[in-house]
Amino acid sequence: MGTQAKPGIRLRAVLISLGILLANIVVNGLIFLFFRDSTLNPLLTAVLAVLWGVVGVYLIYYTLTFAAEKYPDKIRGRILPFIFVGPAVLLLGWLLVLPALRTLYLSFFDASSDKFVGLANYAAVFSDRLLGTALRNNLLWVFVGTLACVAFGLLIAILADRSSYEKTAKSIIFMPMAISFVAAGVIWKFVYYYQPGDEQIGLLNAIVTYFGGQPQAWTSMIQPWNNFFLILILIWMQTGFAMVIFSAAIKGVPDDILEAARVDGSGEIRIFFRIIIPFISTTILTVTTTIIVFTLKIFDVVMVMTGGQYDTEVVATQFYRQFFMYRNFGYGSTLAIVLLIAVLPVIFVNLRQFRKQGGF
Amino acid sequence: MVGSKKRKGNKAVVNIVLGIICFIWLVPTLGLFISSFRPAADILQTGWWKVFPHQEWKASDDVIRLSKDVDLRGPIEVNGKTYTDAQLKAGVVEGGKRLMWENRRARMISVQTEGWVTKSNLTTENYKNVLSGKEYKLKKADGSETVQKGSGLSQAFLNTLTIAVPATIIPVLIASFAAYAFAWLRFPGRKTMFVTIIAMLVIPLQVALIPVLKDYTALGLNGSYLGIWLAHTAFGLPLVTYFMYNFISQLPKDLFESAFIDGASHFTIFSRLILPLSVPALASIGIFQFLWVWNDYLVSLIFIGNQPNVQVMSMKIADLVGSRGNDWHLLTSAAFISMLMPLAIFFLLQKYFVRGLMGGSVKG
Repeated sequence: MGTQAKPGIRLRAVLISLGILLANIVVNGLIFLFFRDSTLNPLLTAVLAVLWGVVGVYLIYYTLTFAAEKYPDKIRGRILPFIFVGPAVLLLGWLLVLPALRTLYLSFFDASSDKFVGLANYAAVFSDRLLGTALRNNLLWVFVGTLACVAFGLLIAILADRSSYEKTAKSIIFMPMAISFVAAGVIWKFVYYYQPGDEQIGLLNAIVTYFGGQPQAWTSMIQPWNNFFLILILIWMQTGFAMVIFSAAIKGVPDDILEAARVDGSGEIRIFFRIIIPFISTTILTVTTTIIVFTLKIFDVVMVMTGGQYDTEVVATQFYRQFFMYRNFGYGSTLAIVLLIAVLPVIFVNLRQFRKQGGF
Repeated sequence: MVGSKKRKGNKAVVNIVLGIICFIWLVPTLGLFISSFRPAADILQTGWWKVFPHQEWKASDDVIRLSKDVDLRGPIEVNGKTYTDAQLKAGVVEGGKRLMWENRRARMISVQTEGWVTKSNLTTENYKNVLSGKEYKLKKADGSETVQKGSGLSQAFLNTLTIAVPATIIPVLIASFAAYAFAWLRFPGRKTMFVTIIAMLVIPLQVALIPVLKDYTALGLNGSYLGIWLAHTAFGLPLVTYFMYNFISQLPKDLFESAFIDGASHFTIFSRLILPLSVPALASIGIFQFLWVWNDYLVSLIFIGNQPNVQVMSMKIADLVGSRGNDWHLLTSAAFISMLMPLAIFFLLQKYFVRGLMGGSVKG
């Protein structure tokens, strides 16, 4: 009886919900315009924004579910989920999913997105010298950076596990992960700093001159080795990540297996390669893919350190240059799609793993 | 017994090796930190490690005066030994003392002795100058003074905060609602939507930037706070939703059933039951999103552009690197100011911080 609501009640529910929906659109539209055009003091804007972010966004859900309550159970059960996922799905669709498709579309058009050029942009990206350098460097970043992060991470995790100050050591190695790549760029620019003359204030050049070597402009002069000095920054920042995950995995290796191996007279190195590594192999795989994905998109470090000069360009900086400085939307989109293609295997693996876990 | 002794010896080796690695990891940051407190002229003249006690040649009162008619091109005799002009120019060590020209024209040689020195001249001027937007006087290495304009980093600090706080709260709230629905409600399209979200986890942001910038230009959202909040919200949503889904879907089913029997609506269950229970997860992912926005450079660069009153710290510092790459007194203090927030969070909330970073490591 209760679910078979009278037409009058249903009409009222529709009116109420439409009114609430409309009110939400109008109020939030006004807030949108207010924030867009506001010239208030930034602190005040921040406070208002936090207020809107917490109270306002919450109110959207509150009022919409309130409207849904007016419907009979069956209809309410259908509407409610969409109120809960609605804002997330709409934002994602507008600012991530659709743009990705539009970028794919734009990659088949010329610089000003007017003329269809087919695959010409892709042909250009893989043949043009500058873009070729970017691709080569990106491979260097992915290969060297990832390998070093994983190797150092593993080494430090093992050492920390056997040391008497594990927590402190892990904190120190992990700390660079907290700071921005821009700040890290400044830190390392100072380490690599070169000035003509005897007195070197950059640590690396001071060490080199102390041992009788010639000071160098590390990030600009010695191409293509300068790329390695940039990659070193990534290693400094990301090793902590690998280390923390490996450290947790190593603690999962059962003690009795290790003890048994020791009793049998295996050395620590043998134990490491024969027991620990096979035991944590899935973790190693996960960490490796994560760092590869991260490294593919490297941008900030190169931007701050060299701006992509001296043959240090990578795909993401070249993307920025084409899109933002040359306004070549064709090349820009194509480079973005190249990055997307590079991470596609990871996306598939993620999806398959999720299905295997019985997520749905 | 022998085994344990060997183990102990190994441990000492491990401790030392790890200590060296930790030291190498710390030194770059330490250099920045120390330099940020040194006067501008000092930074450019001597390495930052010179603030620690070290041995250096110091001029003593002892001065050797040669007669005016000594030929500087030939061998020069000092105290019974002969040196060349070049040797005296660079300084020559003799019996624990160093001889060096004090004044070549006046034929004066200074006798220097080695001693412990600290160049621990520290100041907070750099921070004042980089934070304010006012002009200030700067003493250069040669003693002359120049007037420089401050970098106005305090404004950028506020802007960063203005952007980061809403860009953390909004996505976390929206994503939690969505995660709840994905975990506990059944509706058509649920699977498709969630699979899309998982696919978006590692997507490079670059694929979205061009079209979104076009839309923003059309809507007038460029260089506005709202635009950047929305961008960070959308770019953060896949990860936060996934993270919160993993947490909320693991909550025991009985919890919901008993609440339902009591007649609670989904909204009530979510806000009275789920949110309070999720506080640890919310803290972890919130910290991750906050730091991600705080440290972000690319998104701000694209959507804020040249608006100086909205510029964030990372852009400001990158600008400084480009335009005043040798002004280390500004760069070091600016970089350290931008690191304050992440480091504070790192040391105070380490547990949540690590958990959030682990979950968030895949982010595009």
